[in-house]
Amino acid sequence: MSLFGLFKPRNATAPVARERLQILLAHERVALGPDNLIAVLRDEILATIAKHVEIAPDAVKVTMGQQGAVSTLEIDVDIPTEKIAAGLARQAPAKAVA
Amino acid sequence: MSKVVVVTSGKGGVGKTTSTAALGAALARAGNRVCVVDFDVGLRNLDLVMGAERRVVYDLINVANGDAKLAQALIRDKRVDTLSLLAASQTRDKDALSEEGVARVVDELRGLFDYVLCDSPAGIERGALLAMRFADEAVVVTNPEVSSVRDSDRIIGLLDSKTLRAEQGQRLQKQLLLTRFDPGRASRGEMLGVADVLEILSIPLLGIVPESEEILRASNIGAPITINAATSQAGRSYEDAARRLMGESVPMLVPGEKKSLLNRILGRRAAA
Ligand SMILES: Nc1ncnc2c1ncn2[C@@H]1O[C@H](COP(=O)(O)OP(=O)(O)O)[C@@H](O)[C@H]1O
Ligand SMILES: [Mg+2]
Repeated sequence: MSLFGLFKPRNATAPVARERLQILLAHERVALGPDNLIAVLRDEILATIAKHVEIAPDAVKVTMGQQGAVSTLEIDVDIPTEKIAAGLARQAPAKAVA
Repeated sequence: MSKVVVVTSGKGGVGKTTSTAALGAALARAGNRVCVVDFDVGLRNLDLVMGAERRVVYDLINVANGDAKLAQALIRDKRVDTLSLLAASQTRDKDALSEEGVARVVDELRGLFDYVLCDSPAGIERGALLAMRFADEAVVVTNPEVSSVRDSDRIIGLLDSKTLRAEQGQRLQKQLLLTRFDPGRASRGEMLGVADVLEILSIPLLGIVPESEEILRASNIGAPITINAATSQAGRSYEDAARRLMGESVPMLVPGEKKSLLNRILGRRAAA
C-alpha cells in the first residue's frame, strides 16, 4: 500500500465517473455516425501540411459530396505561392539524397 | 474583423447565460464593441443577468421578422458603452425564429460589432442549432459532472456538422470553459478534475471558473461579474478567459492548485 493510499478518501468517485464516461462516449460517438468525420479529417490534414508549410488554419476546406453510388471527398487547400517555394527549398537536400 | 461566438453546452443550468454576460462585459471593457444576443426564445434571462430587463422593447424575433429595426432593439449597457444586448422574445412559439431571419440579423450585427456572443438555449433542438448556425467560434460551457460532460460531447459533434462553417468545410474553433469548478472536491477525487474533462472532450481549454457566491450576488443585482466584482476569483477567471478569446496568451491558473503538497495531504486526511 502506498503512502497516499493511507489517506485515500472512500468517496473518491471521480475515477469511476471518468471511466464510465470514456466507455459511454466511445460508443455514442460511433453510434451517432460520422457526423464529425469531416472535422477530424480537416484537423489532421491541416496538421500534416503545417508540419511542412506555414499555413493559416482557415486555408484547408474539406467537403463531402455524393455522385450516384460514390461519395467524393473534396479537399481544397490555399497556400501562398512564396510559402510553397520556401517549403520546397527546405526539403531539397533531402530529395537530392533520395 | 467581426467574430461570432456561440456559448453553448447541451445541458441547462451549467452557466451559459452567466458566461455570456461575463465574457461580453470583459471583452467590452477591453475596448471591443460587443453585442450579447439571447437565443433562448421563451425563456429569456440574459436581460435579467445584464440588469436590462426593464429596458426591453423589441427583441431578436421582432428584428428577424422585420417588425423592428436592429437599432431599435439593441439595448446599450449603462455601465460599459461599448456593450449592447439583443434580448430574446418571450413568445411560446419557438418556430417564430426563422433561419433566414437569424442570418440577416447576424450579418447586420457583424457590421456593427467586433464580437457577437450568442447565448444558446439548452438542448440540441432547433433553438440551440440556430444559435450555433452562423458562429465562427464556440465556447463550450461544461461543469465537471458526468451528464454535463456527456452533453458537451454531443454539442461538439453538432458544432462539427450542423454549423454553416462545418458545412462549408471550414474550421470552427471550439474551446472549453469549465465552470462551477470546486477545487476542494476535485482534489479529493469527489469531482472530475480539469485533466479528466480535457482528456475526455479533447478541445482546448479557454478557462476554469470556480463555484462562487460572487456569481449569485452578481446576478442578484443584475451586473455581470466582470463589471461588478472583476477582482474576485470568478471575475478574474472570466477576465482571463476573455483575453484568451481575444487571442492573448494568459497563463492558466487552476483554482486551488497553488496549495502546497503538505496542504493537499492534510486536506485529504481531513476529508477521509
Ligand atoms: N461559477 C458559478 N458559481 C456559482 N453559481 C453559478 C456559477 N455559474 C453559474 N451559476 C448559477 O447557476 C445557475 C444557472 O446558470 P445560467 O448561467 O443561467 O446557466 P444556463 O444559461 O447554462 O442555463 C444560475 O443560478 C447561476 O447564478
Ligand atoms: Mg441560459
